[in-house]
Parts: sequence; C-alpha cells; structure tokens
Amino acid sequence: MIRAPNLITHFRLSRAKSRDASAGASVSRLRSTQAGLGGALVAALALASAASAQDIAIVNAKLVIGDGSAPIDGGTVVVRGGKVVAAGAGVPVPGGIERVDAGGRWVTPGIVAAFSRVGLTEVDAVNGTNDRSASKSRFSAGLDIAPALNPMGSPVAVNRADGVTRAIVAPGASGSLFAGQGAVVDLADDNDMVTRPRALQFVAFGEDGSAKAGGSRAALFLLFREQLLAARSYARNPATLAEWGSDALIQRADADALVRVIDGTTPLFVRVDRATDILNVIKLKTEFPALKLVLVGATEGWLVANDIAAARVPVLVSPLTDLPSSFEQLGATQSNAGRLAAAGVSVSVGVFDDDDAHKMGYATQYAGNLVALTKLPGASGLSWDQAFAAISSAPARAVGMDASIGSLRPGRVGDVVIWDDDPLELGSRPAMLWIDGKRQSLVTRQDRLRDRYANPAEGVLPKAYDR
Amino acid sequence: MIRGMKAGLLAAASLAFAGCTATSGEVETASSKPAAEKADKPVKVDKDPYPSTYKGYPTRLTVVKGVTIFDGEGGRIDNGAIVMSSGKVDRIGGPDMELPTDADVIDGTGKFLTPGVIDIHSHLGDYPSPSVDAHSDGNEATSPTTPEVWSEHSVWPQDPGFSRALANGGVTSLQVLPGSANLMGGRSITLKNVPSRTVQGMKFPGAPYGLKMACGENPKRVYGAKGRMPSTRMGNFAVNRQTWAKAVAYKKKLDDGKAVDRDLAMETLAGVLSGEILVHNHCYRADEMALVIDMSKEFGYKVSTFHHAVESYKIADILAKEGICSAMWADWWGFKMEAYDSVKENVPLVYKAGACTIVHSDDANQIQRLNQEAAKARAAGHRMGIDVSDEQAWTWLSYNPAKALGIADKTGSLKPGKMADVVLWNGNPFSVYSRPEKVWIDGAMLYDAMDPKRRPVSDFELGQPGEGDVK
Repeated sequence: MIRAPNLITHFRLSRAKSRDASAGASVSRLRSTQAGLGGALVAALALASAASAQDIAIVNAKLVIGDGSAPIDGGTVVVRGGKVVAAGAGVPVPGGIERVDAGGRWVTPGIVAAFSRVGLTEVDAVNGTNDRSASKSRFSAGLDIAPALNPMGSPVAVNRADGVTRAIVAPGASGSLFAGQGAVVDLADDNDMVTRPRALQFVAFGEDGSAKAGGSRAALFLLFREQLLAARSYARNPATLAEWGSDALIQRADADALVRVIDGTTPLFVRVDRATDILNVIKLKTEFPALKLVLVGATEGWLVANDIAAARVPVLVSPLTDLPSSFEQLGATQSNAGRLAAAGVSVSVGVFDDDDAHKMGYATQYAGNLVALTKLPGASGLSWDQAFAAISSAPARAVGMDASIGSLRPGRVGDVVIWDDDPLELGSRPAMLWIDGKRQSLVTRQDRLRDRYANPAEGVLPKAYDR
Repeated sequence: MIRGMKAGLLAAASLAFAGCTATSGEVETASSKPAAEKADKPVKVDKDPYPSTYKGYPTRLTVVKGVTIFDGEGGRIDNGAIVMSSGKVDRIGGPDMELPTDADVIDGTGKFLTPGVIDIHSHLGDYPSPSVDAHSDGNEATSPTTPEVWSEHSVWPQDPGFSRALANGGVTSLQVLPGSANLMGGRSITLKNVPSRTVQGMKFPGAPYGLKMACGENPKRVYGAKGRMPSTRMGNFAVNRQTWAKAVAYKKKLDDGKAVDRDLAMETLAGVLSGEILVHNHCYRADEMALVIDMSKEFGYKVSTFHHAVESYKIADILAKEGICSAMWADWWGFKMEAYDSVKENVPLVYKAGACTIVHSDDANQIQRLNQEAAKARAAGHRMGIDVSDEQAWTWLSYNPAKALGIADKTGSLKPGKMADVVLWNGNPFSVYSRPEKVWIDGAMLYDAMDPKRRPVSDFELGQPGEGDVK
C-alpha cells in the first residue's frame, strides 16, 4: 500500500530546449558498453562515441574518485574519447586539450541512481506517460523496458541538473511474479538513454510478491522456483514449452529472460524487506547457484547482516526508511546502511521508497544523512568517502558494471561533475557536468518557469510572451 | 500527494456509496438529535467537547549557553544563552546575560538552538504506520463535503511516526489534517508532539480548529470515479459554493438567535464564517488559488494557508496582498499533473514577494527533516540571487506555521513567556550533517540523543524487532 503510488504512473511534453550551446549539437550518441551488446555493433558505437566526445582536463579539483578513497586536493582528471584516462594528484595535462580550472571545487564522478524509474514516467498520475508497470501484460520476465525509456522527458533533465549521470532503471511490476528486465541508462541530452539493455531482472518478494503469486509467501517461493525450472527445461529442450501449451507458467520470451537469470548473465534484483524473507532469498542460491542476487530495500537487513555478508550479496537500501510502514519493515532504522557496511556488505544508496523517478537527486542528501549518523551516539552511518561511493561505484558494482561506470578510475566513462559545494551538502548543485565526455546542459523546464515568474506581476504583455 | 493517491484507491473500493446523492454533509448527524431539542430557544453548543488534557511534563530550570540561537522570528544571537523555567522561555540573550546559578547548565558550544519545528501539514495518527487498511482513517471519502468529521477522532496516538518526527526532526507541534479526497475534508487538529495514551493528551491547549479543504484533481477524481458530482473543477466549485451558501444561511439563523437543528457540518462552516476556525486549503495551481480567493470573498471567509502550493510563485504578489500563507515542499514534483510546474525556487520566491512562507511535509518521512527541506529551498534561492539568512529561513519552520495555525502567541519563537518548545541541534540545522541532540516541549526534555531512556517507544513497537533502537 505504501508503495502503491510508485506503481501507478507516467507522460509527454516537448522538452524545453537547452540554451546551453555546448550541449546543443545533439549527435546521436554512443555508448561505451562492454559486455552488454554484440561485438561489431559495439565497436561501431565506440568509434562514434569517441568522435562526439570532448577531450578535457579538469584541474585544481577537490577530486573524489568515487571508489571510497579520500578526496584529493589539487587533483586532476583527464577525459579522452569519452573515457577517463587518468585522475589523481600530479596527473600531467596532455597538450592541446581543453583545460577547465575547477578553482578548488569538488569534482566527482556523476551520481549513479541505484534503483529508479527515471525515463519511464513523466507525470505519475497521467497514465499515458507512465510506462513503469504492465500489470495486464501476458508477459512478465521477458518484458524489456528499453523501448519505453524517454530521454526527452523532463525528469531526465531535472535529475541530470541534480548531478545524476547514470541510473539503474527497473520495471515496476508485470501481471505475474517477475517484473521484467531493467536497463542501465545515462541521462545525457540526446536521443538514446540505454547504456546496457536487459541489465537486470526485477522481482518483488515479501508482501507485494505474495499478492502477485496468489496470496502467500508459500505461493511466492513455489511460483518463483517453478518458473525458473520451467525456463531451464525450455533451455534444454525448447519443444517443452509447446507441449505445455496453455498450461505453461511462462511465455517463450519470459523463458529466454529467466534462462539468463539462472546462469547468472542477468543479475536478479529482489525487493525484499523482512529479515526471514531475506534469509530465504539468499537460500535460493543453493538450488540456483549461479544466481547473481542483489537485494533491494532490505529494510531489516541489519538483523541478518552477517548472513548477507557471507553470501556476498550486494544491497541497495533506501537509507532513511525508519518507519514500520508494514509488518515486513518492523525493524526499520536509518542505521541499517551503516550496520550492513560494518558487517562487510556492499551497500548502495537509492531513492525508491518515495519518488523513484523525479527525485534521484535526493541520493546526495540521503548519503549526507548517513554521514550525519556517525556523530549520533548509538547510531551507525557511513564515512563521507563510503557514503559517496554508495551513490557512485557501489551501485555500478551491484549491477556488474564497475569496470565501466561509477568512478573516475581510468577506463570508466567520462561522467564528471564540478559542484558548487560539498556534493552531499543540502542544496549543492552541479556547476558543470559531462556525460561520456560531453558537456551537458543543466537548464531544465523548471528553470524556464522560474525565470518567467521571477517577478510574478504581469508586464505590458501577458507572461505567455515572456521567454 | 500520497494521501491523495491513497484516497483514490480507497474510493475505488467504496463504490457501494456511489448511490448517495447528498452534496453536502447531511448525514445522520444532522437529524439524529431528538426533535424535542428543536425548541424555541437555541441549543447551547459546547464548542470544546473533547478538551485537551495535556498539562506538560516535569521541567527543570535549564540553561543552554555558548550556543547559536535562531529565535524563530528572524533574530540570531551568536554565543547566546537561553533560560527555560517552569515550561516557559524565561529569556534569551548574549554572553553577558545574567544566568541563574541553580540551573542545569548545558554547554552549547558549536551547537545551535531553535524553536521546535512546527509541521502545518501532517497525517501522523490518521494515516499511521504501519500503513494498513485497518488504520487508514484520514479520508471520509463517502461524500465530497464532510465538514462534520474531526481528524482528532481518527488520530491513533500510538503511531510510531510521532517519535521519529520528534527525535529526527525536532518537531514539537503539528497539525493533523483530514486527507484531500473531499472538497471539505473535515476539521483538523493541532497537537503537541508528546506521547500520550489519548489524543486529548496531545491536543495543543487553546489552538483553534482548522477546516481542511481541497482543490483540484483529488476531489474530482474520487467522486467522478463514483459517477457523481464533482467530476470537474467547475463541479468542485459548484459543490463548494452551494455548501457555503447553505452555511451562510445557517449562520444567519444562529446570529439572529433562531432555533436550528444541530448540524455538525454547518457548525464547522459557521465557525469558519465567524473566524473561529481557520481554512487550510490543499491547492496546487495558481489559477485555482485565485478562484478560491474570490470564493472566500463571495461567502465571507478567509483562507489561512494554501497547502502544497507548488504554483504560489506564479501569484506570490497576489498572495502577499491577500495575506495568505503558502505551505510548500522544497522540490516535490511530477507525481500528478497539478504538481507539474513545481520549481525549486518556489519557497524563496514566495518569501521574496513578502508573502507568508511555510515549509511543510505531508509525509511521515519528510516531517523528520523539514530543516533540510528549508535548507534546499534556501540554496535554490541563493542561486537566483535571493539571499535568505539562516535565521530568516527558520521563520518558515516555526513562527510562520504558528501564525497560520493561530498559536503564534504561545509558541513558534523564543520570546520570553512563550512555551519552551526548543531544539538543541548538534550543528547548524541547515547542514545535512546535523541532527537534533535534545528536544524540549513545554520545557520538559522529551528527547535526548545522548540518553536512550529519553527516546519514546510507542505501544506498537514494544516487543518488536528494533524496540528502542536509534531510528
């Protein structure tokens, strides 16, 4: 019930065009995907990416690599061909490339939204704009959000202006247990968001999943298992699906997707909160050992932190969830993230127990709150360095892409932000931002409205003429 | 927003009521009194039948010194001190102020002291945690106008959310409103944020009642879905105006000393028309706010505050002229059409226009960090050249909501003689790295981050995982 608003949704509107000249020429962009796509295509895309990106050196930075290491004063980051080639202290600046003096300000990798619906909805309560969920579809695991993503939507620009450059995007729900395949996306001002399609499969356990499966956790775990076994049978002998006919638990497209879950090709993101549910989810690896599990929520994770750590399962938390919103979140506390990290769990910070499409920028505020907890007696939080990693490299690692996104280590995409202040502090905003080495507009539709009404009184002509 | 959506879900589940035709609150309450009461003499109505039993908890003579003070009315004292005595602010001042020698003294060096946060828009208690149907008591979504319902009759004092608002948010008072499914959702109640067995034990003594009203999408969606009026914005206004017209006639009878049947709905509206009950109007769009202002003049009432007013920035000059407050989020947007034109500078733009500016939550989570929301709004203003000092921005969190609730003579700032509703923060409260360290309500220390025993645990959380944990 509490999450119902997130499942409703979505929109359309021709986006206010950026006035930022440097972002104006929107060549169709290129992605530096590694494993996700087929070979020849990737090579072609990579070439195009290099052609459209800027080579740039940002110097005199308070440099945050994003891997949990401490900020480096006087740091330099060099981006060439859309990728980071060097970052740190004493990095030489190659001749002939654009040089930006950060003036001692904070420079970080772009924020990676750990679990979101950005691109899937414009206005949640306007159904035509809302592509989160497909509860009436005959398909489930086979659903692929890629064609639903709308890079022209205003949430992309607003989240980008808050410093978010990449996002892990998951579908909300299907008509059955598995919600479908999410993607890793970028938030650049161009026509293509997809960094890696089919980057994850999503399933909700606990109360939501039980309702989907028929009304109980017993039904949920059985349906989960039977759908995976059906997919496995299908993989061994595709004819089986035809034999099952209308009795089939899944469609062919679902089976294809679940086979990739079983063999670990596609990480399985599992929304789960109750401590015992978490333990039961971890046990699924006994029967399906190649599963790449990622826990989403894990509100009571701290109660079983050692088990999660031992299973080496990463966790994405909505870190300020501290109310018993349901009986599967009785143990909710803001100290969950800190306690999990202390037990050795890889923790990422997401924004998903509230608005998961429009306010990805809350990631920095939430991470900052975890730093605040370190000063509170009895509470557990994260150090600043850990907290920033929890919104950059940790989510990248959870989705298996830390070799390509989420930090400023060499070889990662050139997603770089110069901030006007400490990025975790309230109200800090990017001053300049690059994605894949391309300078991005930070102007949003909201900025246009603000400017129009900076003085609300009507002028000689109505406001409609003021732009 | 969530409440509104929830209202929609509830509405869908209550189609059984779709056959009702009443457009106002004529339910059993109006005629349930025996006809004998319809005598010549007007019935004397008790306007406070569920009186507050809140008295305040034990206090100690307390001094906090060496602390940075925002006084709530825009004043600031560096290296300041406060004396709290018998539940009241005795005095505040600088380092030279004379201090009692027999007080508990707290060193506030490096810390900040403010009036307690007042959230003018909460559903704690009427949409409590856990969020189960059995406890979802915020929307009487069976008629578009229900001014006869009182939110205090829905408040569950054991909602764990109250303790989170206290410990993490420094919230010392809050208004609990009915939801926004209805045009007239019912009476609100202002509470002190103290744990209690009963809602009467939380009621803010002497606070006026409010009337929750709602513009726009929610009422027309909820009732349109039931195939009844209103299903449009013009329907919203028609139902409102018809109801106000009836209320004006009812009040005239009262004023003329004529006998009337008791009508709880009309009693509330008559209270609004006489200025005893304050209107809190959920309204997102600027054009709708302008229409509501005219409607209020048509029938002779005043709007205290527009809530969720995401488009106040478009008519901030009008709101300043009319003396109407705007209660706003820092940056919520996009969840519904009427929240589409939200801008991050809404709060500072309203402030700059000289209109009453309030930061509110409408949310059991965000009520825990209204100081952070105000900080974000302040930063957005700064970027467009609107500079608001820390101490001025604090007016958005305590004094302005107190004024809008009609309790500014009692709380909301640190003036001598006012309730000692006070928060000691372990750093600047407009930094993300700061938290409440101690919270006093009427001078009683009800939260202390340094002492697990000063951490309230509701009945619901007793014996559950995480009982008494930091939250």
